[in-house]
This record gives sequence, structure tokens and C-alpha cells, in this order.
Amino acid sequence: MTPSLGTHIAFGVLATFAVLTGWRVFCTDSMVRASFFLLLSFIAVGGIMILLTAEYLGVAMFFMMAVEMMVMALFMVMFMMNPAGLNPMKMVHQERVAIAAGVIAFIVLSAVAVLSDFPDAPLPAEHAPVISLGRELLGDSMLVFETAGVVLLTTMVGVVVLSSRRGRYGRADEGSMPPGLMPGGEPAGQPSEEEEGEHTHHHH
Amino acid sequence: MTLTTLLILAAALIGIGLYGALSQQSFVMLMMGLELMLNGVMLAAVAFWAYSGTGAPEGQLLTIVVMAVMAIEMALGFALVVAVFRAKQADTTEALSELKQ
Repeated sequence: MTPSLGTHIAFGVLATFAVLTGWRVFCTDSMVRASFFLLLSFIAVGGIMILLTAEYLGVAMFFMMAVEMMVMALFMVMFMMNPAGLNPMKMVHQERVAIAAGVIAFIVLSAVAVLSDFPDAPLPAEHAPVISLGRELLGDSMLVFETAGVVLLTTMVGVVVLSSRRGRYGRADEGSMPPGLMPGGEPAGQPSEEEEGEHTHHHH
Repeated sequence: MTLTTLLILAAALIGIGLYGALSQQSFVMLMMGLELMLNGVMLAAVAFWAYSGTGAPEGQLLTIVVMAVMAIEMALGFALVVAVFRAKQADTTEALSELKQ
């Protein structure tokens, strides 16, 4: 596959768009707008993946990131101050160090990309990326794929546990304590100096 | 569109994401920096797959694994944000001086 002129132009546009929107994520006042800029950056990268004939991944990127950024925008509105960007706002710390780290990372990684002698072989003409990926996912790499599924299930359980308001020994946000070993006794496995004044929410 | 330009683009995304992850005070903005870095990583993986000349599907498989990692990062990150907010009423990194309840 030799890229045509249109592919080059599309790549240039998408690459510029991805970097610009990625940069705008961190310099817009509105956090909801920031999440949509991040979505645009992901969509541009998904377009580049489609240009590279990884169609499945590009389309999966669109769908996954659209949902993910919606959830992110929702969390912004719930938790963050100034979600709509009505006031100018900049919430950064150690900005100079961060800029230096980002620039150094870019320069080093670009130097590796420019100076190294990477293979530059086009894909074979008759390859079918989606078909071969499907065969790989449900064939040789089934174990990897299934492991990812189990890890996602574990994540779901962990997320529910982490965000549940009620812990094993009572409400988590009140500092839940295990019951005592004896009736009315001190909580098991807890340091004893925390006990005074904490007895109000024990479950005896 | 060559492997070099694709890797430079990935490097730019990783650099911007690193800046965001290091500089932002809000937890969710910090996570957006991490996501931008993973974006660059996925692009680099697909670029290596597309220019290695064999068309072997393992390169795309790596990208799928990174996508799963991204979903896990976001889900656990939001759960932690909820837990920290409940415990400390904090939504910025500065508002936390210790993690112990």
C-alpha cells in the first residue's frame, strides 16, 4: 500500500488537528469544553488509524471515546468548579516544570523517531486487517483477549466497592469500624488511641 | 505520512499529555493528561504495525490491550475521585495532604 497524495493531505490535516485540540484541552477555561477537545483529538487519531488501514481500531476509537468523553463531561459537571467556563480560570501547579518535562519528552521521543533506523515497509497488498485481527483475537491470542475481559470484570467489581457508600462495617464516609471481639468491646484490629468519641456509630 | 512523522505526532501527543498530567490540579484534568499520553501510545503502536510490512495482527492486538487499559484507568480513576470526594470534599490534588482517612 503506497499512500496517495490525498492520504498525505488528510494525514497532515488530522495530525495538526490532533495536536491542536490536544493542546487546547489544557488551556481552555471550561472543563466540559476540555473533555470535548480531548474527544476531538481522539477522533483525529482514529481517523489516522483508518488512513493506516486499521479500520476496526479507528472505528472502535470513535465509539469508545465518544462514550468515555460523555462520562467525563458528566463527572466534570458533577464535581468540578466552573464546568461551563463562565469565569476565566487556570488551575495548574508547577507549570514550568511540567512544560519542561513535556517539551523534553517530545524532543527525546522525536529524536528517537528521527535518528533510529525503523523499518519502512508498506503492508502487503492482499492483507485484510479486520479479518486477520478477528482470527487473531478468537484464535492464537484468545488468552490475551480473555484476560482483558477478566481484568475489566475485576475493574467493575473494584469500582463498585470503591464508590459504594456503605462499607463492610457501616457507612464508609463516617469511618467504618469493625465490631469488637467481645460485646461492647474495642474494635478488632484497630489502634486503641482512636477510640474515644468514636463510639457513636458502632454497631453493637 | 511515514513512520517517522507518525512517531513524531505520537511524541507530541505524549508530550502534551505529560504536561497536562504533571501540571493540572483537578483530578479529572490530570486523568485527561494520562488519556492523551495513551492516545499517543496507541497511535505509535498502530504506526509500527502499519509500517512493519508483514501485516501481522499482533500490533492491532496491542492497541486493543491499550484501549482496555484506558477504560480501566478511567473507571478506577472516577471511582477513586468519588471516594476521595466523599471522604475529604476534595477535587484538587492540593486539597489532599494525606491519603489516610
